[in-house]
Formats: sequence, C-alpha cells, structure tokens
Amino acid sequence: MTDTPPQLVVIGNGMAGCRAVEEILARDPKRYQVTIFGAEPRVNYNRIMLSPVLAGEKTYEEIIINGQDWYDDNDIELVSGDPVASIDRSAKTVTARSGRTISYDKLLIATGSDPFIIPVPGHDLPGVVTFRDLDDVDAMLAAAGLGGNAVVIGGGLLGLEAAHGLSLRGMQVTVLHLMPTLMERQLDEAAGWLLKSALEARGQTILTGADTAEITGDGKVQAVHLKDGTVIPADIVVMAVGIRPAVGLAKEADLAVGRGIQVDDDMVTSDENILAVGECVEHDGNVYGLVAPLWDMCRSLADGLVAQPNGYRGSVTSTKLKVSGIDVFSAGDFSGGDGCEDIVLRDATRGVYKRVIVKEDKIVGAVLYGDTADGNWYFDLLKKGEDISEIRDALIFGQAFASGGGASLNPIEAVAALSDDAEICGCNGVSKGQVMACIGNGADTLDAVRSTCKASASCGSCTGLVENLLQLAMGDDYDGARTVTPMCKCTTFTHEDVRAAILEKELKEIPAIMQALSWSTPDGCASCRPALNYYLLCAWPEEHKEDPQSRFVNERMHANIQKDGTYSVVPRMFGGITTPNELRAIADAADKYEVRTVKVTGGQRIDLFGIKKEDLPAIWADLNAAGMVSGHAYGKALRTVKTCVGSEWCRFGTQDSTGLGVKIEHMTWGSWMPHKFKIAVSGCPRNCAEATIKDFGIICVDSGYELLVGGNGGIHLRGTELMCKVETEEQAMEYCAAFIQLYREEARYLDRTAPWIERVGLEYVKSRVVEDDVGRKALQRRFLHSQRILQKDPWAERASGKEDHLHQHLAEIRPFAVVGA
Amino acid sequence: MPHNALWLDVGPVEQLPALGARTLPVQGGEEIAIFRTANGDVYALINKCPHKQGPLSQGIVHDNTVTCPLHNWRISLATGDALGDDKGCVPTVPVKIDGGRILIGRKEALASAA
Repeated sequence: MTDTPPQLVVIGNGMAGCRAVEEILARDPKRYQVTIFGAEPRVNYNRIMLSPVLAGEKTYEEIIINGQDWYDDNDIELVSGDPVASIDRSAKTVTARSGRTISYDKLLIATGSDPFIIPVPGHDLPGVVTFRDLDDVDAMLAAAGLGGNAVVIGGGLLGLEAAHGLSLRGMQVTVLHLMPTLMERQLDEAAGWLLKSALEARGQTILTGADTAEITGDGKVQAVHLKDGTVIPADIVVMAVGIRPAVGLAKEADLAVGRGIQVDDDMVTSDENILAVGECVEHDGNVYGLVAPLWDMCRSLADGLVAQPNGYRGSVTSTKLKVSGIDVFSAGDFSGGDGCEDIVLRDATRGVYKRVIVKEDKIVGAVLYGDTADGNWYFDLLKKGEDISEIRDALIFGQAFASGGGASLNPIEAVAALSDDAEICGCNGVSKGQVMACIGNGADTLDAVRSTCKASASCGSCTGLVENLLQLAMGDDYDGARTVTPMCKCTTFTHEDVRAAILEKELKEIPAIMQALSWSTPDGCASCRPALNYYLLCAWPEEHKEDPQSRFVNERMHANIQKDGTYSVVPRMFGGITTPNELRAIADAADKYEVRTVKVTGGQRIDLFGIKKEDLPAIWADLNAAGMVSGHAYGKALRTVKTCVGSEWCRFGTQDSTGLGVKIEHMTWGSWMPHKFKIAVSGCPRNCAEATIKDFGIICVDSGYELLVGGNGGIHLRGTELMCKVETEEQAMEYCAAFIQLYREEARYLDRTAPWIERVGLEYVKSRVVEDDVGRKALQRRFLHSQRILQKDPWAERASGKEDHLHQHLAEIRPFAVVGA
Repeated sequence: MPHNALWLDVGPVEQLPALGARTLPVQGGEEIAIFRTANGDVYALINKCPHKQGPLSQGIVHDNTVTCPLHNWRISLATGDALGDDKGCVPTVPVKIDGGRILIGRKEALASAA
C-alpha cells in the first residue's frame, strides 16, 4: 500500500450521508479519502426544511447545509446527479448510472427512503407528485402558480406540511386521510381533532376515513375519486402516505435486508466493509423515518469507524409539526395500556391540550397541542427515564412551575438546569453540550453560534434558548448584541424577528405582539407602535383593525401637520392628470376654507395649506363631491405616480407613459408601505418625469419598458438601478406590484427602498421579482389582495363622521362659561 | 354640572380615547390638551410643546408620556417636563375624574386668559 488514505465511498448526498462524513471528519480529517454520490444534481441541503421552502418562508439557499466550499475544503469529491447503479462486493467497487466505476475500502450506504405510492389507477398521471426532494417542491410551486385545487393524500406530518404550503401559495387544498384521526401515529384523538379544526379554520378541507379509489384525468390529473363515490377536482395530487427504506441497491448486492438494511450497533451491515445509516437501515428491528435518530446513528458510526466504538442503542423520537402558527408536539408512547396513567390539562380558551403519560413514576409519552414550550423538557425527562414522583402534581403545568419557581423561573436558570445532552436545536441535532462547547471555542454571538454549530440556524424556533445559553456561558460579557439592532428600546427583537413572529404565532393585534414577545414597556413607544401597526396591516390585511393611536399624526389625521399646527390637503390626481372641473372644485375649496397658500408639488399635485383640523372633514367632503380622493401626501404610502406626456403628444415619446402612469396609480393608490413610495413613468430616455430618482421608475423605450428601482431625492440623493426590461404594459404592472409587495413584506418600517436594497442587494430583489416567475405572481397576488381590502378613501370615511373626535374639540372654555360639554 | 369655585366640568370621560387626547380651546388663553393613558389615568397640559409649540394632543401617548408630533420630544404627562436629553417644561393643569366627568382646575385653566 502507498501513503494514500483508504477510500470511503458514500452513496447518498442527503442529511444522513453528509452528517456521517461530518462526524468522521470531526474525529479524524485525514483518515479517509471521501467520495459522495448523490442522485440529485445539487449540494447537501436540509430535507426537513423543504416544508418552509414550499410555504415560502425559506429559500433553497437558506436550507443548504454544506455548500460546494465544504466539499472543496475537505477534499471530498461530489458526484451529483449520477446515482450509483450497482455494488460489486467481491471487487469492492460501485458503478454509477453513467458507467463510471470506482473502488472503495469502506462503503457507506445512506440512500434514505422512497415515498410510497399507492398503486391506484391513475397514480402515474402527470400532476401526481410526491413530497421528498426539491424537484417535488418545484413541481408543487409550478402548480400553485396557476392556482386551482390541490389534493393531498395522507394526513401525516409530511402531508399536512405539504397542504399548509400549498394553501399558503393560494391553492384550495383538500387533505385525504385514511384513518379517523390526523397524524394518528403521533397524536391522540383529542389533539388530532384540535389540529383538524385549526386547519379547517384556515380554509383547508380535511376528509378523514377517506379511501382513494382512483385518480382520473385526460393527459394530466383532473380529479380524485373516493371509494364512497365522492369526486374531488384536482389540478395537482400530492402523495404523502408514507416512506419506505430505499433498499434496492443493498438487496441486489445480497446484503441482509429486512424492512431496512440490517445493521449492528456500529452501523455495519452483513458485509464488514459496508456500513449503512439513516432512514434506509433497520436496527434492532426498528426503522426510523425522522431526523433525530440519524444524529445518534452518525455519531455511533463515526465512533465505530475512527474512534472507540460506543454502540447505537436505538432512539426515542419526538415530533414537531412545521406548520406555522400551529404548535404540535409528540414524543414516546401515548397508546396507554396497563399501568399507564394520564395527566391531562385542557384550556379551551387558549386552545391548549397537554397530556403526559406516566408509567411507574416515569414519563413514557407526551402529546402537546397549542403550547409546546415544555416539549423538550418532557422529552428530556422521558429519554433519561427520570423519576417524576416528586414533581408529579406540578408536572403538567410545565418546567417553570414544576421546578418550584412558579411562572417567574429565570430562563437562564431553566437552561442551566438542562443536561448536557438535552437537545437544543431539533433541525440540526445540536445538544446543549455542543452549543456550550461552541461558545467556549469563541462563538460569542448568536450569529457566530449559528455559523459554527448550526444551532438555531434553520427554523430559528430555538433562538431564545441559544441566546439564553450565551448569557449563561458568558454572563455579563454577553451583551445580547446581535449584529443587528433591535426595533426600539422596548424590545430585544429585530424588525425581522418581530415580523416573523407575527406570521408564525399569528399575532393580530399590537397588545398580542407585546405580550408574546415580552415587550418591556406597557404600551410601546412612539417608535414601535406605528411599526407594529404597519406590520400587522401588511401581514393580515383581512383582519387588520386600524389603531389610530398607533399612527403618526399625519396618518391619523390624513393630512400633513404644519409647523403652526394647521394641516395641508392634497387631492389625488391620477398620473398628474386633472380636469377643469377638478380645478374649479379645488379653487372653490381654497376660497371657502381660507387656504393661505396654494402650491404645485414636485409630484404633480396641488397642495392647499393652512387648514384647521376642525375643517378637514368638510373640505374633504367638498373635494370628494367633485370626484377626488385622498392623495396620501401625508403617509408612509404610495404617494404619486409622476408622468410625462408620452407618445400621445410628445414628438419623442415612445409609449403612452401618461396612460401607464394613470393605470399604475389606480392599481397602487391607498397602499400603506414601510415608508413613502414614489413612482414615475417617463415616455423616453430624456426622462422628463425624473423616473431615475423614484422608488420605482419606468423609462419607456421603443422595444418596451425599463424598470428601475431604489432611487430617491432627499438628503442622500440616489439614482435608481435597472431591475430588468419588459416588453408589455401588463408585465410592467405585474413587476411593479410584485416589487412593491416584496418591499412591503420585507423592508423595515421607515426604510425607503434605497437603504433596503442596499442591505439585501439588487441581486436578491431580482431573484425574487425577475427570476422567480411563480414567486413574482404570488407577490403580485398578495398585493392585489391587500388592495382589494385596504384601498379605501380615508377622506370619504372621515367626511361621513368616522373618528370625528379626532377633529372636534372636547369643549371650549370661555371665561366664566364652558360650552359644548 | 358640578362646577364650583375650584373645578370646571369639561365633559364625560368616555370622550377621551385610550392612548389619545382631546383639545380644549380657552378663549383669550392657551389651548389645553387632555390625555388618557392605557390604564385610564387622565392628565391635562397646555397643548404646546416647550420646543417649537407643537400640538402635543396629536402626539403618540405611551405609558405616561407623549411624544410631540413635530420633532419627537418626549414630555411627561404628570410633570410636563421634557424627558431624555431635552430640556423644557410645559405647564400642567390639575385634572380629576368625578362621577364619570372630567374636572379641570378652574384657576389654572383660566390663568393664561386672565
């Protein structure tokens, strides 16, 4: 033999294969020369985060575990998109589909599992997909982009996550589940029912006891037929009824295979040079389809291969459903039986159901719905087999209560009480001990912990725990200073954290946010309240209840306050176009309300100065009567669409810039934004409408429309950047709506588009608005949906008497008399 | 109405929005702003920020302070003092709730009109 290290060949570039390699490298980076074969044409990503990708909460880039640099840095050859076709055990070689053959000293099979397809007629029609890899997600997203009906067969973990994602993407979703209770392997009947009600309240149709007879369609799927005769229309069918260990290769190579590839405690198969790990294996009669056992298996495998064997002893599993806003946790055995006692807590108002199953003073199972904060604690007690007799009475109320500290138990003490092997991050399998070690090695910020041991780097739900550990390890040296700043002094959360929590926890009112995120002030401050009001409005347009007391004065009064306390009023003129009648009405109003200054604005509107707050409803009523609505010149909102005269009159004009501007303003007026938002449309590159210093600018050219973004005048003048060029007016409108919605959903309150784009990068904006056709249409749809609900003329509402207390004095005092009380 | 030598009745307390304010012009004198906080406390101040005379009644009320709408000075509703790094003070007017009615100090309310 030469000095070259032995060859380790890994079949499977998924979570198990790469995790095993990581564990081996962590013990001895030089031991093996590693080659990894992957069937998918991409690097190693976090498969359990596909649900958030489908739901639009994550992008593919965000769920990559190991990028190409990891392979390069560790000298690993990645053969992707070329699956292994056969194993020759006597020659110790594997051959890929392309014909390429390489030899191994050790072979690791990590082929995972295949989705189970129920063999009903029509199961092979185009439009019937599974939910296993990124290609499946892409197929679902493509279907969702067209809208229509989705049928998900299977009401287990995966099926419900698929249903949730498709529903968020705008499809009408029906879930078909053979059993009477959803997720019956993880949940008992009570929790299953609560879950079903919650999903139905979100607009999904859930059919339990639904037995699929046939899938039909002409050339592509069109309907699902049940055995009871029900016919459900379907534009896409997702099969998520279960998975099977992928054992084909192992079987052909004549390895011992039962339900999975049989392995011993060191994950070695019936051939001493072949190991197997992950969902494809059977250990001690058990096959696992969840991620947590995989971390244990990979540790045992690496220990056995390069260090001291410690032996895998099987895993107890717990489950969390990744459906934002619905908290479900289950662990262990909840089927009951001899000697089992149930401890149950129900709180109907809060929608909480907790059940802990105890046998011989030990927890054997737990089902939590609605409040899963103590899930990890129960799971920890369960795994360790701890005697709970002393805390039995308080057990169901959770760790804080049972530990004797009442509800006020210090969170730092709570994490200090966790054992070193307690799991902190379920997505990446990181224990408390690993996080502490990582902090000990110099990771002194949340971001540093995330980038080194990956704790809280995926779904982020354990961020609080990780921060508590940082605090525990570093004491006063940890200033909690994330590299980003909190929203305001009332909270430690960033704008992004708060927006994520609003969606995830379905927070719909300002007090609910403050409660859920532990605001340090009773009712916020002048900085956070307007921001929260906007975030709620953006997240929940249907349910938003306007809170005038959380609006800056101009938005509360729907007029601009001036330095003497009077207001200015600007009627909207779509695209800068007005009529003699409108001008007459404006002139009359200016006379009637003794307007002191009439000014033409930079945005091609007319501004009337010096109006008293008591007179505002009356002048609005007069302007309304002439057909004009609020110009929102006062708001963090769409201000104006400025235009030039375009091809209708101008000898240089290439397109109808005025007409397009009018259309865009009709689409966008009345939309609230993180900050003011200005649009302009110029009819030719001479750019008379100054489109290059607007938030969204259009320059018409002979061949179409250049779309420009991120410009502003003001203190820091910034020219726009070219986002893309489109050919038709319809496209220009669609891209405009999508860009606005992306800005509305992702920029921080009081960020104009320029600083926002500088932070996230133009490439990011392009990737969402230009390159992602499905995503762009979804953004546009969300914008138009919001507009259907919130595009209201506030002047008309106020003129009709709404909120009139804002405009009237409480009373007047004249010496020796009070009038009006 | 329970007017007397000390107090002026200016209206029912329900007319004050929580976390909001109403105004009370005084003929020949300074306008008064009456505030109500989240927990129902009521305060009255002259409706002029000590900085540039902004109408405090149009500010955002939080805890027992109001932030001036013009330049974001924070003013204590209880004392009228500018908070933080800013210096200044706006006169306060005694106010109390009696039988659901808002009563303000007669002498102080009329002080500027005298």
